[in-house]
Amino acid sequence: MKRTIPLAITFIVGVVLIVSKFIPHMPFGTLGEDFSVYFDIIATFAFILGGGNLLKVHADTIYRQRSGWGYSAICLIGFFITMVIGLLKFGAVNGRIVVGWPGDWKGDIADPAIWFSSIYEYVFKPLAATMFALLAFYVASASYRAFRAKNVEATVLLVASFIILLGRTFIGKAVSFWVPINRPGPDIPRLAEWVMDYPTRAGQRAIMIGIALGIVATSLKIILGIDRTYLGVEEEK
Amino acid sequence: MGKIYDKIRNLDRRVVFLFIALAVIIPLLYAVRFPEFPTPMAKGVFDHIERMPEGSRVLISFDYDPASEPELEPMAIAWMRHCSIKKFKIYIMALWPLGQNMAQGAIKRVILKDFPNYKYGIDYVNIGYKSGGQGVINVILTDFEKLYPVDVTNRPLKSFPLFKEANSLKSMDLIINISAGTPGLKEWIQFGSDPAGTPIIGGSTAVQAPQLYPYHPKQILGLLGGLKAAAEYEKLLGDKYPQYSDVKLNKGRMRMGAQAIAHIVIMAFIIIGNLTFFIDRARGAKKG
Repeated sequence: MKRTIPLAITFIVGVVLIVSKFIPHMPFGTLGEDFSVYFDIIATFAFILGGGNLLKVHADTIYRQRSGWGYSAICLIGFFITMVIGLLKFGAVNGRIVVGWPGDWKGDIADPAIWFSSIYEYVFKPLAATMFALLAFYVASASYRAFRAKNVEATVLLVASFIILLGRTFIGKAVSFWVPINRPGPDIPRLAEWVMDYPTRAGQRAIMIGIALGIVATSLKIILGIDRTYLGVEEEK
Repeated sequence: MGKIYDKIRNLDRRVVFLFIALAVIIPLLYAVRFPEFPTPMAKGVFDHIERMPEGSRVLISFDYDPASEPELEPMAIAWMRHCSIKKFKIYIMALWPLGQNMAQGAIKRVILKDFPNYKYGIDYVNIGYKSGGQGVINVILTDFEKLYPVDVTNRPLKSFPLFKEANSLKSMDLIINISAGTPGLKEWIQFGSDPAGTPIIGGSTAVQAPQLYPYHPKQILGLLGGLKAAAEYEKLLGDKYPQYSDVKLNKGRMRMGAQAIAHIVIMAFIIIGNLTFFIDRARGAKKG
């Protein structure tokens, strides 16, 4: 029973969604849309699950005092402070601390009077931007170490990367001495565009079609109950 | 000589980090700027918006967060400016939780600052974020109100003239999606633009752009990939509308100086790495 009901739900929903694409009329057309609404409602609960999981993982790390448990403590403190301020809409209006601002509990969380918006603006935003900016350093370091013309394939990759790196800035135009700077022509930026337009596009299309076929095959296996790994059950041999 | 070579060969990665930091900080501090030469792709996107008549309905979805804001915000601002200049009806939403904040930032910087005559609910509206990714697109394809009973200010959508005129993706004249991942442009094409028959243009991070090129030109009218494309669009906008030609108003163009120098530094390190590689190989061959 524990397996049969989820399998039946998956089968019915899967078949209805496929049929609704081909028969966009009553009842299938509306059913497809309704299932999307149910999906959106269920997706909202994923936030609760996510929060619960975060609590479980970090509380366990703190309890067992695993290495780096201090970071987990900071994470949980930050989580609770943000959640409480955001949910209860703590803020300051004319020097007076207010709760439930503005108006009621459903007020706009982006209201500048609420501390939640300050947490977002002055804590979250710079931290997120910093984390993303770190990528530039790692990309540079990895390029230095890994981009070596070891064989023909690696050399082609290296040449393509140089064309793109040059072509995506003014430098590409400046070093294309064979084309006057203010005139269009076969310069490095144009070459970079060609790389993106033809070899990259062709390769990406091939990958995407391959992935799409794989998704179709996997989806059919799930809908027909052949692949049950999503239920926590090993695929039956 | 041998010692120097060994140091270069086993270069500490902190040296690479230092050079990259300087390559980004110095051009930003000293406002190093280069001219922009728009590509046909950026021109195509600009011309399409330019050709649309006044009052066209445009949906802009902000599907990114602060992590990619430095790269994507310039194109979002440029598009908002262009749509406002053209007096389009702007519908704003987000499929990323923090996209709503990104949208509010853009509204503040463009509409509230430069277009005080733009009226909320009549000329533009912000319906905010909803979870569900492609599921959301699937539903608003036929009816916004099914998923968005209220906007970000908790007022019913029904109360806005904009939603009396048009209440689904099918009734939009253009979709603009600015995305940094999933859900993003791919989902908008597959679940929104294609089934609705509404044209779409997109903006993405440079890293993501190659994955989206295959959809051009049949499924997307155009794609702005990364800061470079945003700077090109800003240049086109500034040339056509001189009030936006000042570089200081265009963050994309301001940041491109740093990006150009950083690219040169990365290339220099790749060349150094390859030189040491070939020298080592030649030495190994001699010994062997």
